[in-house]
Formats: sequence, C-alpha cells, structure tokens
Amino acid sequence: MPAETRRKKRLDRSIKVRSEGLYGLASWREMTYLACPRVILIAGLLVLPLVLDMYWQRVLCAAGIYALLALSFDFLAHFVGLVCLGGAMFIGFGGYISGSLNEYMGWAPIVTIPIATVAGAFLSTLVLVPCLRLRGIYFAIVSFMLPLFAVYVIIALSLFGSTEGLSALATFPNSWVEQYLILVVVLVALFSVRRLVSEDIGLILRSIKDNDQAVKASGISITIYRIKAVFIASLIGCFAGAYLCHLYGWVGLSLFAMDFSILPIAATVLGGMGSLVGAVLGAFILTPLSEALRGFGQLRVVLYCLVLLCFILYKPEGLMNVLERKYHQFEKWEKV
Amino acid sequence: MAEEPILHVEKLSKSFGGVQAVFDVGFDLNHGEILGVIGPNGAGKTTLVNLISGFVTPDRGEVMFKGEEITRKPPHRIANLGLARTFQVMRPYHSLPAYKNLIVPLNSPRVRRTRGGKLGDRDSVAIDLLEEVGFERDARVPYKTAGSLPLGYLKRLELARCMALRPEVILCDEIFSGLSMSEISSLIPLLEKLKMEGVTLMMIEHRLRELFRLADRVMVMSFGSKIAEGIAAEVMEEPRVKEAYLGKEKTG
Repeated sequence: MPAETRRKKRLDRSIKVRSEGLYGLASWREMTYLACPRVILIAGLLVLPLVLDMYWQRVLCAAGIYALLALSFDFLAHFVGLVCLGGAMFIGFGGYISGSLNEYMGWAPIVTIPIATVAGAFLSTLVLVPCLRLRGIYFAIVSFMLPLFAVYVIIALSLFGSTEGLSALATFPNSWVEQYLILVVVLVALFSVRRLVSEDIGLILRSIKDNDQAVKASGISITIYRIKAVFIASLIGCFAGAYLCHLYGWVGLSLFAMDFSILPIAATVLGGMGSLVGAVLGAFILTPLSEALRGFGQLRVVLYCLVLLCFILYKPEGLMNVLERKYHQFEKWEKV
Repeated sequence: MAEEPILHVEKLSKSFGGVQAVFDVGFDLNHGEILGVIGPNGAGKTTLVNLISGFVTPDRGEVMFKGEEITRKPPHRIANLGLARTFQVMRPYHSLPAYKNLIVPLNSPRVRRTRGGKLGDRDSVAIDLLEEVGFERDARVPYKTAGSLPLGYLKRLELARCMALRPEVILCDEIFSGLSMSEISSLIPLLEKLKMEGVTLMMIEHRLRELFRLADRVMVMSFGSKIAEGIAAEVMEEPRVKEAYLGKEKTG
C-alpha cells in the first residue's frame, strides 16, 4: 500500500528567523526572508492601479473599502471577541457626516474625510457602548440592527435628503488620488493594527477575550479597553464610509446596506480569521470575483456562495494561514 | 485598642436562588497575618472570596478595606486598591509565553501609579517576578508558553499575577489543591516570604496540615456560616467543627 509507505513530513524553518527578537536581523538572507511577504504585499497593491483599466480601477477602490471593513471586523472578532456586524453603520455614519459637511458647509473632501472619520468613530462608539455588556451572538444581532435603525431615523425625520440622499458631492481630483488614497490607508491601517495587537493593549484585549475574570482581578477595567478597541475599529470603518461618499459623489440609504456588514465576514473567512492580512487579502479577492461573475447574472450569487462554502468546508483556516504555514515550513515526502 | 484590621467583613450574605451560599459571615483580617479559611465542600468559601473581591455582589453586609467601604465596587477597582485574589481554576493565556501573562496586571492603574507613570521594561519586570515565584530563569521556564506548564507552575503564575499588583492583601483560593507534596513544600516558603514582606493573606484550603503550618488563625465555615474562629489546634477540637467535618458523634 503506497499510501502507508510514504508520509508528508513538515519541518519548521530556522527558529531563529521566526522569533520576534532581533535574531531575525542577523543576516541579509534572514532579513529578506522576513521582509519578502511584506514587500510583495505592499508592492503588489501599489502597482495594481498602474496595470488596471478604468473599470477595474473602480473595482479596486471598492475592494479597498471592503478591505478596511474586513480588517475592522477581524480585529474586533478575533482580538477583542466582539463579532460586530455593524460595518454598514460605520460606512453610513462616516459617509453621511462627510457628505453633509460637504453639502451644507461646502468643505472640501480633504477636510471632511478626517472630520467624518473621527466624528463617525465617536458616534459609532457611543452607540455601541451600551451593547458592550452583550456577548457573542447577542452583540452581533444588535450591531446588525443598528444600521437598519439609522435608516428609519433618516426616513422618518426626513434628514439628509431622506430617501433621495445627497448627490453632486465633491469628488476626488483624479483617479490616481482616488486609488492611492485608499491603498495607502489600507496598508497603513493594516500595519498599524498588526502592531497594535502585539503591543500591551493588544495583549490585554486578547486576555479579555480569553479570560475576562483574571483581567478584572488584575485591576484592569475591561469596559475601558473594549471601548478603545471599538473606537479603533470604528475609525477604520468610518474612514471607508467617508471615502466612499466622495468616491461616488453621493450619499444615500444604501450606505447602510447589508453588503457592508456581510462581505467583510466572507472576506475574513476566505482570508483566514485572525491574521488581519488575510481579511484584507480576502476583500481584494472577493470584490473583483463578485464583479467578474456579473456576467453570470443571477447565477453569480450561487457561484459566489459556492466559493465560500468550499473554503469553509475544505480550508477553514483560510487562505492566509495556509500560505503562512507553507512559507514557514518545509514539506517533503519521506519513506516510512 | 488594637490596630484597625486591614480587612473588616460584617454580616456578609449571599443567596443564589434558594441556596444560601454565605450567611451573616463576619471577620477581621489583621495586618500581616495569615488567616486560613477551611470548611467542607460547598461551605461557601469561594463565594466569600468572590464577595470580598467584588466578583459577586452581596445581598447584605459590608466589606471595609483599610477603613474604606468596598462592598459594591467593581472587581478592577478593588484590585487597584491593593486587594488581590487568585482563582481556583486558572485559565492563563495559553499560546503566550508565561511572562507575557503578567503584562496585564503590570498595565493596571495601580502599578502605573506606584511606578510614577513610567512602566519601564515590563518584560524584564515580569520575568523578575516569575523568577521570584520559582520559575527557573536558567531553564528558560518564564519563556515557555503558559499552556505547556504543569499545574504547579500555573499556580505560581497565578500568584505572580497577584504579586505584580504589589497588593496589601491576597485572597488565595485553594492554591494547594491538585499539587503534590513536594510542590506544596516549595510553595510554602514563598508564602512565608510574602508574609515577611508585610502582605496579609487569607487562604482557603482543604489541605489542613499544610495550612496549619502557615496560618496564624483559622476560620471554619459550614453551610455558608462561620462556625468557629481562632488558633488552629483549639478550633479543631471544637465539637461543632468536628461535627462539620466528620458528622455527628453517635451518643450512647
């Protein structure tokens, strides 16, 4: 029986290079080994606008928005233990604040986007704080309902152009600004969050997720840390919203659409929970995929779901975690 | 008049549904002593720790720490005042090195305050603390992942987590349980050292012989109430204590 005479052997690459200490800088070879994946990611994303045509450039911008949402989702879900389906709320708050500042005050996007990012994050945090006591599925449900709630508030009070929305908002000067703004922000956000989770605050957040009792007994207020985490996640999400409103020069109720809450989850599952890079990568794969499948009409959703289903069933750890393992380990067949 | 007790508990009561877990328990913890709390399973000892440390809010009664009422304060506030506790079931952060588990208490407001806002190199502070509780630095034990450590080390890790706060009182919830005799004998000098440094300890324990080596006084609980308090040898002779542990003596 050939299957039993051979087995796959996995060997870790040199431990030295994989440790987080300074050992990694011992030689050029090891430095390249460490830097390589990062350089490929950064260079890859920054080159994309140069090789894509007009239509796909737009898709790239949309993918960037989803990437930010996925990053924010993965951070909250995996490192804080809050499954937040409020992506649409972040987009809506960021978008509406930026849009109305532009419409009513006449401010340029360069001013409105930062303001909307911070103000939106404050607002989102404020709304989510009462829900922080909830755990697991209950937090998910409430955060999922909040965008719907916002939609009906806008309709009922006829705010911000009600169902029509606000149109003819300022857009970006050209497509290069459009693309590189979102790509740079995605990269900055990604590397900042990765850094954050390995700092003390990240450690505390992960401990809260693991064993909140021991954290309380260690004299740390878990509410304060959770609020900080939600604020950081909201910042990322609200920037995406503010950017989106100036990308299309329009805000409307569809900013609160379910897509913004659901697609980031799919992207995170595809890319690999908890790797952060995986979430971003997942968004950059799923958004174009969803566009490419447009030709199939209604069948598109079926194919899309099939891709997801296969991943959940056959590679539940996600793309990024598989890639990472392959990169860090030798695999070879050996005789038993 | 005697010195004011560091911890004063009065008429503390808590019931869960119909079960009276703790009933009218009152006692004093004097500065620098070790008080043992013993009693059969289900006597309410752990609930008592939970009530004092703020993890469970009492139905009635009050807890005074250094003359300040802490009865309904949240647990992290109480810990920051200098009243730490260990857990019977420890769930450390498994995938992290042992010393990283101490980063959490080292970031507490209490530690920040006592270090004048500057935390310095927390990793080395954490490793020093672990060495103090018996993690052999030469064998690189502090760097091992918490999940790979045997129970004896986990108990020490839990104690180190409390010590990181530089507390005045530590409530130890069954720190000896599940340990071998040799592991216990290596823990005892550590607790004695803490006492020498002026830390007041309240120890809940089932291992009576080991406890009596340490404790200045013992308090016996049964069915949620305090039934005796005093010097260990005397307390164990009381009929009510014997009854709680061994059952009623047959008469005749």
